Amino acid sequence: MVKKSPTINGGSTADLAFLCLAFFMMTSSMDHDRGILRRLPPPLPPDAIPPEIRERNVLPVLVNMHDQLRVQGREIDIRDLRRITKEFFSNPFNDPHLSEQVEREFPHLGMVWTSRGVVSLQNDHGTTYEMYIKVQNELTAAINELRDEMSRAHFGVPFSSLRAGDERRHSIQRAIQMAISEAEPRDG
Amino acid sequence: MGRFRKKEKKAAPTINTGSLADLVFILLFFFMVISTMRESTLLVRVVVPQATEVHKIERKSLVSNIHIGPPLPHLVAALGTEPRIQLNDQIADVSEIQTFILAEREARAEADVPFLTTSLRVDREVRMRIVTAVKQELRQVGAFRLNYSTTQTNALF
Repeated sequence: MVKKSPTINGGSTADLAFLCLAFFMMTSSMDHDRGILRRLPPPLPPDAIPPEIRERNVLPVLVNMHDQLRVQGREIDIRDLRRITKEFFSNPFNDPHLSEQVEREFPHLGMVWTSRGVVSLQNDHGTTYEMYIKVQNELTAAINELRDEMSRAHFGVPFSSLRAGDERRHSIQRAIQMAISEAEPRDG
Repeated sequence: MGRFRKKEKKAAPTINTGSLADLVFILLFFFMVISTMRESTLLVRVVVPQATEVHKIERKSLVSNIHIGPPLPHLVAALGTEPRIQLNDQIADVSEIQTFILAEREARAEADVPFLTTSLRVDREVRMRIVTAVKQELRQVGAFRLNYSTTQTNALF
C-alpha cells in the first residue's frame, strides 16, 4: 500500500499573507503627484543682451508683496487675469495695444494666425506662494483655453483628447506657445 | 416513519480555507504594483496650494522632491519658525541644492537623466523669496524641468 505523503498545514499562510499586505499598505502611498509643469530658462551669460521686444508684445503681470495684481498698468482682480491674457494673445479685433499677429504655417493646421506676445511675470520676494500659483494657474488656463479653441475649430475635438505623440497636438503647441517669461523678483 | 427520522448529530460543516491564502496574495501583489513607497518623513509643514490646470506626473521614479515650509511644531525649538528646505530626510540650506540634484542624477540611469523632474512641494503660506532662490539654484545646475506641486480643484474662485 502506498503511504500518503504528509501534508503541511497551510491554514496559517493566509495570516502571513495578511501580515505582508498590512505592511505594504502601511508603508506605501498611492497618491500621484500633480502640479503645474514649467520649464526653467537656462542661466543667462552675464554679458547677454536682452532681445528687443516691441512694447505691444509684452503683457506685464506684476504681483506685489500684498498679493495685489497689476496688469498693463492697471490694478486688476485675479478673476480677470484669464480673460485679459486670452485677449492679449488672440487679439481678435487687431487692437494696436495688444500682441502682434503673424501668419505662420504648421502641419495639419495650415496657415494660422500666431501671436508674438510674451507674458512678463514679475513677483515680489514677499508674494505668497499661493498667490504665485494662482497667477501661474490662470496664465496656464488662458493658454490651455486658446489651444482648446483652436483644436475644436480645426479638428473638432478638445485639445485634451489629442494624445502626447499626436502631431496635431504638437502643431497646436507650437502655434500657441506657453510664452511666460519670469523677471527677477524685486524687493518692495 | 423513516422520512422524519431524527437527524444524527453532525459536526458543523467547515469552509475550505485553502485558497484564502492565494486570494490574499493576489490582493498583496495588486497593492505592490499600484503603490509606491512612502517618501521620507516630513520635517516641515507642507500644505500645497490648489490649482485647476494640473498635470499628473507619470513616472514617479524620475521625480526629486524638494519640500519647503515652516518646521513642524515639535521642531520649532530647534529650527525656528521661518520656512526651511527639506531634501531627503534632513533640513538643508539653499546652497546644498546643487549637490542634491547631482546626487539624484547619479542615482538614475544615464538615459533617464534628461527626463528628471524636480517637484517643488511648497507650503501655500511661504513667501516667494526662498522659492526664487531655489529656482535660481536649479537653473544653475541645469535642472530645468520643474513641477509646482498642487492639489486639483474644479474652481479656484
